[in-house]
Amino acid sequence: MAEAVQSAIGASVLRKEDRRFITGQGRYTDDINEPGQLYAVFLRSPHARARIDTIDISEAVAAKGVVAVLTGKDMAADGLGDLPCGWLVKQKDGTDMASAPHPPLAHSIVNYAGEPYGVVIGDSVEAARRGAELVVTEFLELDPVVDPARATSSEDIHDGVVGNLAYEWVLGDQQATDAALASAAHVTRLDLTNNRLIPNAMEPRAALGIYHKGSGEHVLYTTSQNPHLERLVLSAFVKVAPEHKLRVIAPDVGGGFGSKIAVYPEETTVMWAARRLARPVKWTAERSESFLTDAHGRDHITQAELGLDENGRFVALKVSTTANLGAYLSLFGSSVPTYLYGTLLAGQYKTPNIFVQVHGVYTNTTPVDAYRGAGRPEATYVVERIVETAARELGRDPAELRRLNMIQPADFPYETPVALVYDTGDYEASLNKALELIDYAGFPDRRAAAARRGKRRGIGFACYIEACGLAPSKLAIQLGAGVGLYESGEIRIDPTGTATVFTGSHSHGQGHETTFAQVVAERFGIGIDDVEVVHGDTGRVEFGLGTYGSRSLAVGGSALMKAADKIIAKGTRIAAHMLETDPGNVDFADGRFNVRDSNQSMSFGEVAFAAYVPANYPEDLEPGLSETAFYDPGNFTYPAGTHIAEVEVDEETGVVQVVDFVAVDDFGVVINPMIVHGQVHGGVAQGLGQALLEHGIYDDFGQLQTGSYMDYCMPRADDLPDFRVATTVTPCTHNPLGVKGCGEAGAIGSPAAVMNAVTDAIGVNDISMPATPEKLWRALQQRNG
Amino acid sequence: MKLSLTVNGVAHDLEVADNALLVDVLRVNLALTGTHVGCDTSQCGACTVHLDGRAIKSCTILAGQAVGAQVTTIEGIGRAEDLHPMQRAFRQHHALQCGFCTPGMIMASIDLVTNSDGLDRQAVRAGLEGNLCRCTGYHNIVDAVLAGAADMKGVDHG
Repeated sequence: MAEAVQSAIGASVLRKEDRRFITGQGRYTDDINEPGQLYAVFLRSPHARARIDTIDISEAVAAKGVVAVLTGKDMAADGLGDLPCGWLVKQKDGTDMASAPHPPLAHSIVNYAGEPYGVVIGDSVEAARRGAELVVTEFLELDPVVDPARATSSEDIHDGVVGNLAYEWVLGDQQATDAALASAAHVTRLDLTNNRLIPNAMEPRAALGIYHKGSGEHVLYTTSQNPHLERLVLSAFVKVAPEHKLRVIAPDVGGGFGSKIAVYPEETTVMWAARRLARPVKWTAERSESFLTDAHGRDHITQAELGLDENGRFVALKVSTTANLGAYLSLFGSSVPTYLYGTLLAGQYKTPNIFVQVHGVYTNTTPVDAYRGAGRPEATYVVERIVETAARELGRDPAELRRLNMIQPADFPYETPVALVYDTGDYEASLNKALELIDYAGFPDRRAAAARRGKRRGIGFACYIEACGLAPSKLAIQLGAGVGLYESGEIRIDPTGTATVFTGSHSHGQGHETTFAQVVAERFGIGIDDVEVVHGDTGRVEFGLGTYGSRSLAVGGSALMKAADKIIAKGTRIAAHMLETDPGNVDFADGRFNVRDSNQSMSFGEVAFAAYVPANYPEDLEPGLSETAFYDPGNFTYPAGTHIAEVEVDEETGVVQVVDFVAVDDFGVVINPMIVHGQVHGGVAQGLGQALLEHGIYDDFGQLQTGSYMDYCMPRADDLPDFRVATTVTPCTHNPLGVKGCGEAGAIGSPAAVMNAVTDAIGVNDISMPATPEKLWRALQQRNG
Repeated sequence: MKLSLTVNGVAHDLEVADNALLVDVLRVNLALTGTHVGCDTSQCGACTVHLDGRAIKSCTILAGQAVGAQVTTIEGIGRAEDLHPMQRAFRQHHALQCGFCTPGMIMASIDLVTNSDGLDRQAVRAGLEGNLCRCTGYHNIVDAVLAGAADMKGVDHG
């Protein structure tokens, strides 16, 4: 087939991993079974906030098929530690954030509905479930704190966390920003909410813990985006097992979107219980458990002010946000509304003064952590909604007001007032291409035509920027990160010249087995099917930080390029020796080591063979051809682009239809356009879901009202339009592939674009996400008086 | 209870609980793990299989209800070296990412194509509204189903 030939960088190579997925041969955690395995069913709090009074397990342990009932007290007695928050945010006054302890199983107080406080282990799921029903727990209910806007004036949830305030964090120059706002010719003010979302990867979380008594080895299969990080946390903090005795395997994982970054109570418990009982223990979430306990996303309340001078240039942006962090600080929950949010508020613009303050508050709700975009969609929503609003207030064309303020190619590297240095970009190029694709000039005609059909048509823009490949490690650690942010890559060349590639990043839908094979195959001049990509197993891959923040190719791919360089360098020495020349005379190109100005050469495969059968070989060189590299990025990468939505709102019903959606993104160099477009589609779908359909809602008692697919509106095929996507390219200046990352952009730009279009359509600006028919119908009724 | 189930053309004599769901018997008793479970309210469609050629959600019927019928799962429609046109189309059009919804999506698509005339993009979207995908945004799935439909007209895979 043609696919094997056309494998080069830039080719839409069909995915290698698809062969198993389309035939039902994927191997997800729940597909894996061990002889003698037991099943875990968790005891979960029915209350949002309560003191655990007594737990009577006597009937449960006596029930048929129940092997054990373990509670938070048992876990604490075994000396297991708390689940840590991996990013220590420093407060405005220089003190550390207030981090409340998060025991994997609650032992005295439960702080959100669904929080686990025990586990029933049975010889079947049914037996464990029946056992769980027989456990009698007496709770003393306490008043829950549910509304983040009132959290600081409510009763303290955690001892030592005054006013439920985890931190007050600031960034930027407050005085200069206030002064610029005071003297601005025009100030636009906007109150916004960023709705709580529930990630809903289609594969529910699962874990299978296996303990080998003889060797003391612990094996944990689990649905993780970052198995090495999982192992580190479970060893160093929770103390489930020593790191060298714990192997974490994340096999095929059915989507993550951030929700599978965190280390959760369930896999912790399963591994611990497996050792205690010396039997494999398995747990697979039901979707109801996913809704209740997967880390949620977003949930911000924001006030923003944008100052403009008499020419329409932005002079200052001031933002104040309350971020709902949930009942506990999840693994990266603290960093999402701070370092991944405040730092992005410059957007694509030369706003000289920016100040942001964030109050991170605890509530009796599910912990909030990264969800596709993680802070950056929230920042883009603020910037792009307020810029659009300013354009409307001033009667300016929203595209032209943006253009006037954009950072220009000549301005790079550009240092923002909020701590980032953008390395490269061409924002007008994306804007121009998007305007052309949507046929901006033809919009008034389309709007008039829609009006004749009883529809209000609107157009909305979002010119977003994101920061991917969080880096460099030293800076991130200075800012509070608990881990480095490099990536590892290992390439083992076999004697026959095929390659096995080990990456510390993890693929759960992103297609790394194909893209990474493409870059390695091209580098060595071998076939893509001669490259096997291995990931997701701490027993096979040296180390890694996993996949999140659109980092995999920019950081993990760069590590592989470094390892490949070492392979080529060693191969060059071997070839030079065998061809009796100096290594300086040998060039590697198109899969051959060529002696310069001669017709002598050796193939990659011949050199690989010689490395393992070193008959004629340099004396001071080790045999073998296997190299490892760690790559620590020098800076973030900065994908950027323009998304434009056109919507029609039905006058009679308030129903919104997205009738056109254009995304033009600059991801730097594109390795596989097919995969990149697919990533944009998926991101845009989640962004449209946020804008129009999805909302995680708690009632006043802290009960999740949207706990199933009947209540939480997941985008279905007939809810979404076709997407039109295109790219522009400015290569990243500081990584070897020139790539920037494409995983989150779709979800970052699209909510603001859609909401700008919706509010344009109905002529009412104060509409919160999701823009449901009911909200829009009411707004139209009110407007029409 | 004892029952005999015909799955992918092979008859199996099984001993299962009276209330065993078809999906659990497929996954646990027969180790056909290509059929997935993505929810607990019959909303997601990841467990879609064919019962006498029609798509059903296998989490929604008891194994006992499938006695006497032909059950077909993702493992039964094509092999790596001889793919069903719909499997081929899903790969060709990048209609899957994490792969978790894919078996159910393919089984639902085959039924949709087999039992509809003149499918267009909107009809495909409406026809697949019982199957959730969180990765693709459906755009490429629609492309794949239309391409698979065209291909299926020429090839009969039973």
